[in-house]
Amino acid sequence: MNVAIVGGGPAGLYLAILLSKLDRGVDVRVLERNEPDATFGFGVVFSEETLGALRDADPETHLEITDTFARWDRIDIRFQGREVSSRGHSFSAIARRRLLEILQERCRELGVTLEFGVEVEELPDADLVVGADGANSLVRRFGNFGTKVRPEGSKYVWFGTDHVFDAFTFAFREIEHGLFNAHAYPYDERMSTFIVECPEPVWRAAGLDRLDEQESLAFCEQLFANELRGRELYSNRSLWLDFPKITNTTWHSGNVVILGDAAHTAHFSIGSGTKLAIEDSISLAAALARRRWDLEAAFVDYELEREPYVERTQDAASESAAYFGRIASYSHLEPIQFAFNLITRSGRITHATLGVRDPQFTRALDGWLGGRPISPPPAFSPYELRGARFEKRFELVESSVAVSPEGRASPEEAVRPEGKLLLRLTHAGRRGATQPRSRGVDLPLADGWPVVAPTKRPYAPFGAIPGEPDEVAVLDAFVAAARAAAAEVLEIDMAHGYLLGSYLSPLTNDEDDRLRFPLRVLEAVRGAWEGPLAVRLSVTDWHPRGNTVDDGIAIARALADHGCDLIHVEAGQTIHDDRPQYRRGFLTALSDRVRNEARVPTLVGGYLTTLDEANTIVAAGRADLVLLDLPETQIERPLQPVTTVLLGEVRA
Amino acid sequence: MKLSAEVNIGIGLPTTVPGATGDLLLEWARRADDGPFSSVAVLDRVAYDSYEPFAMLAAAAAATSRVRLATMIAIGPLRSTALLAKQAASVHGLSGGRLTLGLAVGARLDDFDVAGVEHKGRGKRLGEQLAYIRGNVDGDLVGPSRDGIEILVGGLSGPAYSRMARYADGYAHNGGPPRAFANAAARAIAAWSDLGRPGRPKLWGQGYFAFGDPDRGDAYLRDYYAFTGPFAEKIAAGQLTSARAVKDYVRGYEEAGCDELVLFPCVPGIDELERLQEALS
Repeated sequence: MNVAIVGGGPAGLYLAILLSKLDRGVDVRVLERNEPDATFGFGVVFSEETLGALRDADPETHLEITDTFARWDRIDIRFQGREVSSRGHSFSAIARRRLLEILQERCRELGVTLEFGVEVEELPDADLVVGADGANSLVRRFGNFGTKVRPEGSKYVWFGTDHVFDAFTFAFREIEHGLFNAHAYPYDERMSTFIVECPEPVWRAAGLDRLDEQESLAFCEQLFANELRGRELYSNRSLWLDFPKITNTTWHSGNVVILGDAAHTAHFSIGSGTKLAIEDSISLAAALARRRWDLEAAFVDYELEREPYVERTQDAASESAAYFGRIASYSHLEPIQFAFNLITRSGRITHATLGVRDPQFTRALDGWLGGRPISPPPAFSPYELRGARFEKRFELVESSVAVSPEGRASPEEAVRPEGKLLLRLTHAGRRGATQPRSRGVDLPLADGWPVVAPTKRPYAPFGAIPGEPDEVAVLDAFVAAARAAAAEVLEIDMAHGYLLGSYLSPLTNDEDDRLRFPLRVLEAVRGAWEGPLAVRLSVTDWHPRGNTVDDGIAIARALADHGCDLIHVEAGQTIHDDRPQYRRGFLTALSDRVRNEARVPTLVGGYLTTLDEANTIVAAGRADLVLLDLPETQIERPLQPVTTVLLGEVRA
Repeated sequence: MKLSAEVNIGIGLPTTVPGATGDLLLEWARRADDGPFSSVAVLDRVAYDSYEPFAMLAAAAAATSRVRLATMIAIGPLRSTALLAKQAASVHGLSGGRLTLGLAVGARLDDFDVAGVEHKGRGKRLGEQLAYIRGNVDGDLVGPSRDGIEILVGGLSGPAYSRMARYADGYAHNGGPPRAFANAAARAIAAWSDLGRPGRPKLWGQGYFAFGDPDRGDAYLRDYYAFTGPFAEKIAAGQLTSARAVKDYVRGYEEAGCDELVLFPCVPGIDELERLQEALS
């Protein structure tokens, strides 16, 4: 068996070590295009978990690697002249160059052939060819991998500095052109990695597209002079880049297998690239051992084992990349909330898991939200909205009522307002006259009533053709219902393709001023109702020709300007054949954007089933109030059907 | 005999497995009905050496008295809406109301080609079929009665979850490790809640087993799923070949909230059914 590994980065070298150890009869070659001492990038980060895997896989190098490690457990977030710190995050980093030296040395000791300065022009002649040659892999050309490359996140540039940070540091600097941020961490006793990032429009406005390497280094040095404490930045072909997110539908083709960045990249802002690559090597070597060099079986094992983990990491990395892209919208948050929002950006850390790592931080956070040094968790913090006081953030009980008989969705629906905390006034529009939801949704009644909408198309198959709405009557009905309502919060339904929602979307309304009638209703109801007034809004239509999230945010802003106190964030259902994206908490990211970009309070549901989710959302400022879906418990399962009734008592 | 698992276990009829004769299929259905299984299920493929799902379930209706009869799934858009409704209603009537109708858009172009049906627009057509079958929009013109047909919808896209939550009683997953099922189940429940349906969707899962001749099972799965390209070998690698693997799989699905787990054979021969029964007892 002879193995050709293309790419002498950490993953390629580590795999060479493991394969030589696995079987002394195997001939392993590493082909690297650069010279042995050439290296790009400064430090690389590892987690505790990866260190454990390194120890088990090769104790010799583990010892050497960890000897030179920089270790720290703190994250510092410097924002608006304040610094917030969080502890308990175990990180380690090593100079990339040092790591390569250790691995190269170990390779030589084990008899691995290292060939430097070799460009791979054609498929190397070997029984097994490994593409460990990074994001711009040439090996991928030798097989059918289904490679996709898309840029993600902001512009960024990678520097080193001789200021030794003592924590993972996120620093933010605002200039006239916009907000810049830096990611910095130490990697040995002399040096730190220092990455500068900003959204593309900011980068362009600041003229960075026209600066050369030295000029842009000087720009960054000056911008972050405070953080660098007067020290210098060092360039190593440091150019502004777009991060390429790489995915492949398969990681093997014939006798060729790819790993690390060649197979998948994860945005640098979660610092997982090298870790993923080395874990790939360990997994592949273990699969080859288990399958006794049956390449195809081993490749399938390797992919099945690594795929779920890589996919989760890539998802988290994309969340993080997107977060840094919209960072400016969070500049209004209090530093502690800003910090918590940052720490929880990728969904991998929650209020509960941070509470285990750093109880002091969550205590301070809870205290800030609760208004007392020792406060209950965020979901139990009080909240005020136009004079109404909530004792906790998941207190709302939803109830809806049709404003008129023809505005009902189905015959069972109540028409009289009843006293509930959140009372939604609905008019089903063209989604009216349907059978009960226990049977299905949007199934027309055999003997239904006429439905109305600003479009002539039925909502769903076999639905009735809508007539033209009598706007005066509809407006009067909403106002009359609002006057009669007994509730703590009144809500106007403008979501899910109901009558007012269908006015808002270009999919269902050809009018230029699509907000015209919904805003009239809002203003009229505002005049008839003194308490908190919410609007339930589909923030996006989940359709290429419908409202985008940006459109939804603009609508939310207009609604707030016309007297809406709270946006109840929903998405889709404007038309029946939209393209929804369902998952746990599928509305949270939308609520975050509405709340922080339109700067209006939000209420969000979207299949949230735990208090931890509620705590995290509220504390991070992604919503002000939440609706929980309480799942049946395992123990009660045979007896108790699921309910979407919410905790909390209805207050008079 | 009682199954150790709390999740209901159904068994697939080997209608798509090469070498399965009509006699074997009927005997298989009878034995499943005598045994601990709660359902017998069929797959659907046109351009393959396989039995038509509704014809199979009609025959199974006559050979059984207890088990549910399920399509897991049938490719709705290959059939005209009224005929699909009529086939389903007929099996439902013949079996005394035991049909579980799993529907999805299908994944293979060749099935559409040989059936002479356009592939494009299949999602929209499936939506119409579901609205028709569930909504009684024909005013009972196309009998027998469709009342009480349990409907499942399969698929992993956003629109598939949405169609499921809008028209069906539950979700039919396409198989894979329990975490893949759990992930899909969370999406299905999220869609269900988003569409305002009361309660919770029924969650059906599936898996493949071969005890006697795993290599033959492996070859069958690679051939059956050849259209998926690189995924065929992963599906084949997921084949359950021991009692231990079956038990772990069942437990994983149970923990993920599965209501009914259907295990499909990859090798014909009644001893495969017997060994599955043993593995589960």
